[in-house]
Amino acid sequence: MLGLGLPQRPPLVEETLKRIQSHKGVIGTMVVNAEGIPIRTTLDNSTTVQYAGLLHQLTMKARSTVRDIDPQNDLTFLRIRSKKHEIMVAPDKEYLLIVIQNPCE
Amino acid sequence: VWIPAPTFPTPKERKMAAGHPEIYPLVLTTQTQELFKCQIDEDVTDEQPYKLIKKEDIFADFRNRAAVSDFYPVKKVIQEYPGDELLVVYDKDFKYGHNFYLIGTEEGKENYLNAPELPEEQEEYKEYIPEDIYVYKPPISKPWVSLGSEKEIEEESVKESTKQITYMISRKRNEFGAPIKFSDQNASSVKDAYIECTAYPDHHFTLKQLEKDVGMQVIPKVKDISTQTRWTYPKNATTQYYPRELSEEEKETFEQSKPLSDFLNNTSINVEIALQQNEIMNTFIDDWKCLAEEESTFGDKTDTHLKEYQSFTDLHSLTEKMVTSVSWHPTVYGLIAVSVAVRLSFEERVHFSGKLLLQPSLILFWSFSDPIHPQLMLESPDDIFCFKFCPSDPNIIAGGCINGQIVMWDISAHADRIENIKTGGSRSKKVTLKPMFLLEPDSNKEATYIRHCAVSSIESGHKKVITDIHWLPDTFEINRLGAVFENRNGICCQLVTCSADCTVCFWDIRPQKSLTPQPIEKKKEEHIEIPLDVPSTFLHLDLSWKPLTKLRLSKGETSLDHCPTKISLSEDDLLYNTQDKILTQSKAVNAEEINPYHNLEAGLANQLKPIEDFCTKFFAGTEEGGVIYTDWKMERDPETGRLMTKKPVSLYTVHDGAVHTVQRSPFYKDIILTIGGWNVAIWKEGVMIGPLLQSSCAPKRYTAGHWSLTRPGVFYVGREDGYIDIWDLLEKTHEPALSQSICITMITYIKPWTFSAKQQFIAIGDYYGTLHILEIPWTLSHPSTNEVSSMNHYFEREVKHLEYVEQRKKIREQEKKEMELELEKKKVKTYQKSKEQLEAELKMDYESYLELEKSILINLGFIKVRETMSFLDL
Repeated sequence: MLGLGLPQRPPLVEETLKRIQSHKGVIGTMVVNAEGIPIRTTLDNSTTVQYAGLLHQLTMKARSTVRDIDPQNDLTFLRIRSKKHEIMVAPDKEYLLIVIQNPCE
Repeated sequence: VWIPAPTFPTPKERKMAAGHPEIYPLVLTTQTQELFKCQIDEDVTDEQPYKLIKKEDIFADFRNRAAVSDFYPVKKVIQEYPGDELLVVYDKDFKYGHNFYLIGTEEGKENYLNAPELPEEQEEYKEYIPEDIYVYKPPISKPWVSLGSEKEIEEESVKESTKQITYMISRKRNEFGAPIKFSDQNASSVKDAYIECTAYPDHHFTLKQLEKDVGMQVIPKVKDISTQTRWTYPKNATTQYYPRELSEEEKETFEQSKPLSDFLNNTSINVEIALQQNEIMNTFIDDWKCLAEEESTFGDKTDTHLKEYQSFTDLHSLTEKMVTSVSWHPTVYGLIAVSVAVRLSFEERVHFSGKLLLQPSLILFWSFSDPIHPQLMLESPDDIFCFKFCPSDPNIIAGGCINGQIVMWDISAHADRIENIKTGGSRSKKVTLKPMFLLEPDSNKEATYIRHCAVSSIESGHKKVITDIHWLPDTFEINRLGAVFENRNGICCQLVTCSADCTVCFWDIRPQKSLTPQPIEKKKEEHIEIPLDVPSTFLHLDLSWKPLTKLRLSKGETSLDHCPTKISLSEDDLLYNTQDKILTQSKAVNAEEINPYHNLEAGLANQLKPIEDFCTKFFAGTEEGGVIYTDWKMERDPETGRLMTKKPVSLYTVHDGAVHTVQRSPFYKDIILTIGGWNVAIWKEGVMIGPLLQSSCAPKRYTAGHWSLTRPGVFYVGREDGYIDIWDLLEKTHEPALSQSICITMITYIKPWTFSAKQQFIAIGDYYGTLHILEIPWTLSHPSTNEVSSMNHYFEREVKHLEYVEQRKKIREQEKKEMELELEKKKVKTYQKSKEQLEAELKMDYESYLELEKSILINLGFIKVRETMSFLDL
């Protein structure tokens, strides 16, 4: 198995991300690891790094808030709606999926 | 036998004894105890601690033992004792100091003997009484028994040791209440008026304080310490950091991992639901809010008319003039500049040329505060037909003259005067209109004639009247070929003019280095004396100014060229006044130190960066009513090698008369309004099919026009009968929304201006030389919400409509062609039928006819039908 050349990304990951990106109004998508370091992104580097750092902290805070109120509970989805965009964060134990959409036509 | 000496009781014991004087403590030895039969624990026990001893026995003891007897100390008491028996109590606890005590009085004996009985009874009695009921026993007053406390009180109390001296002063009764006269006198002047008691140290009375009464209190230990802090000056501290990032390989490994794909599979469903929710509907729209228009309005909503604010006329001119161009001062409030020209036709001008030379042609500066006297008057060699303030420096004005020259003014010297004009609505009543003959030239001190500082060269400039002049924005500059470069000066240094001699010229106000030898020669020849008060800003240009490039708008080899009346470049920033006011002001502040206009030579740079993708096309309106869209970039003719103007991209003739307004919308850079003749047209740059909107013929000719500065769908059009038509494209597109009468004569120029959100004015110049200032009401100046986007939609719809029409045209043509083909085909088909077919048809017709004939004959009975033949026939 050594001589197979460049490793291929599992097609499912690629497909999923492409599908999400192709939705109407989606400005950018990124996958961030548990420490807030971006793994995969469709935006430029500086924007990605900024979003990743800030949203990672906010997600941690939101998760701790939910769990403080009820330890049995956990954060499943975080949506932040602003004047211009909507930021959607899907948290997990190890990763974070961040999607930025412009909902207004 | 050692007999203990009788000890004196301690002071405490003594005190206790003192309280009960009948008790005499005794020490009884064992011998004595045996004698009197009061041995401890045998005769005298706890239950019965007392013993009654006869007096005679004690006396016998006295005779026997004399001083040795234990009773000896109390011998006297016993002798005086009245009774026979004495009570001796065993003092087990040594309450009175010794092991026994004698009660020396009968009374005490009785008390002692009787007392224990009572508490026993009381105790028994108490058992029967329930504890709840508390019987109140009032205190029984007893005589006070002194216990020695009164001695202490006596010691501590303060008593007067000496008797106080008393004085009695009396006066006669009738002297009371008598008026008193007070006077001052110096005590030292009158002898014996005062007695002095000087102080002197007397040794007899020096007291040495030997005792001091001081109160003391214990407090916690307190310590006071202070320290000086070291002040360090505040310093800026920064932290520099960079974000953590993963390298490419790490990213790859992550993406390979299964947890990531699982995660994405799980979460993508939620994410997609959320995304779709947003796509379906915007749940956060407040429909109620969107429905209502802005409520905070100033003024009446129903008021849609322009209100007269002020009007200015130059009353001192001799000939009748008309307004040719109007421009508001970009920074000063209430200052407006008007250029006037004599309203004579060409022949009349020639006829009266002598008279005209004597009168100066002026640009007048009017201020709201003074309607009679203009603030400044700029002099020019001939009538100005168009002029503009320089956007970078409002003190520079460029104007186009009727003789084809460009005239430049620099009013920096008078800038302070203009800025300090009192602006206000109150007009002083002192300023009265005096007839011309009474007015002396000296009284008109306020207005100053300012001579122009430069004019362009007569030979190399325009040959006919300059119809339009623009400053090129300070973001770019062009060279001889028309190529666009970046402008490093930051100021506007180039102009573009168009004239009736069918050319468009670009001018540069900076000194041309290559032409230095020529002007020196010219100056030697002409030796013109320049007046001292004229600034030397543009001295290098005076009379030698040549255009940078000249474009000829030619129609072709045969016919006459196009005569441009107005042009509109892609970036015309003179309309964006309020937004860029801040920018221009800040630029002006920077310019105060080193005014770039006074130092133009520094602005020439050899190496400039060319700007790519710059749209070098512009719109021009012609005198025949056409709208040209052409390029200013020159190209080299392949045959001759000369520089040539490119052919126009498009030309449309939509107007019936000369086009007098070609203007870009302040909101959309690619929407152009053209007005000429009897109609209005709106164009979109890039759409080659035709105008987006073309109005029908108006009842009166349109002579002036301008976009509204704040509402994207509104523009003002002036008519030749003095009416102004206000078009609102969101309301009606086939006719104006409002028509208002301004003056009695033709309107020649319209220019609106915004001072603040509440105040918007429109300046209208007419044919009789009067400038009317009107205030635009709130409804016309304030855009409704979404007006910009609504207009955008409208224009897009119109573009689509045009495209659709084009498409339909094509389709129609297609259909037409097809129809023609069909017809052709049909005609050909009839001839294609072959001869055989014709014969066969004829034969069949004939046969059918024969059969018909036969059947008729049979029916009539002329032919007999044989039975056999019928069988054969069958």
